[in-house]
Amino acid sequence: MQFLTDRKRAQGLGSGRSGTGHHKRMLMTSMALVVLVPLFVFTFGTGLGGSYEETLAFFSRPFPAIVTGLMLVVGILHFNGECQEAVEDYVHGLKGALLSAAVTGFSWLLIAAGLFALVKLAL
Amino acid sequence: MADVNRGNRPLSPFMIGPYYRPQMTSISSIMVRITGIASLGTAALLVLWLLSAATSPEMYAWVNGLLTSFVGDVLLFLGSWAIWFHMFGRLRHVIWDLGYFVDIEPAETMGSLMFIAATVMALFTAIVV
Repeated sequence: MQFLTDRKRAQGLGSGRSGTGHHKRMLMTSMALVVLVPLFVFTFGTGLGGSYEETLAFFSRPFPAIVTGLMLVVGILHFNGECQEAVEDYVHGLKGALLSAAVTGFSWLLIAAGLFALVKLAL
Repeated sequence: MADVNRGNRPLSPFMIGPYYRPQMTSISSIMVRITGIASLGTAALLVLWLLSAATSPEMYAWVNGLLTSFVGDVLLFLGSWAIWFHMFGRLRHVIWDLGYFVDIEPAETMGSLMFIAATVMALFTAIVV
């Protein structure tokens, strides 16, 4: 017999109250991706694989730089959201919390590194 | 206290495979998740390429050589298929969220369309780019 009140046992087991926000963010970034993915794939694909000088020149043009920058932020945040859902579904407890933090940290690292490289190439 | 076991309930099992036949609805849905996670990996590759270009010509030559090698070509082709599939899959979510085509038959049709469209777009990308 556990001497726990009903309230104590229930605490922390309900909704985290962030599901709706997550769902809406995924919906918004999904709509953004429908526009961004075609723009990004064909733009970035054209720039990929050229010589060093060609790449520097390519990303100093505004259109490729802006499309790449948008994809770095919107795309990676969307994929991070996707990973968070998978972590919440399959990894639980402390392991899940740590993995969730690690994946989010990795995503932001990618965004920061990508934006730094992009700015350096563009300017 | 009749419900002492509260909070210690079993989680729902993973259904596809042992309990449930794979179907277009379940497989197209799970592929959206897999391609979404894989796209974070593609993003990491592309960021590495951008960083190498921002670092030095030598680093760039190495990473660019890697991405334009046969293995790099295959990886980028699969990566482009994944990102196209994910985009179409997420478009399906948007359509569903707006309340359209929620029945099984249109959902299955959209699932097939996602596989076809992603393959067509990935091949088109490989040819054009």
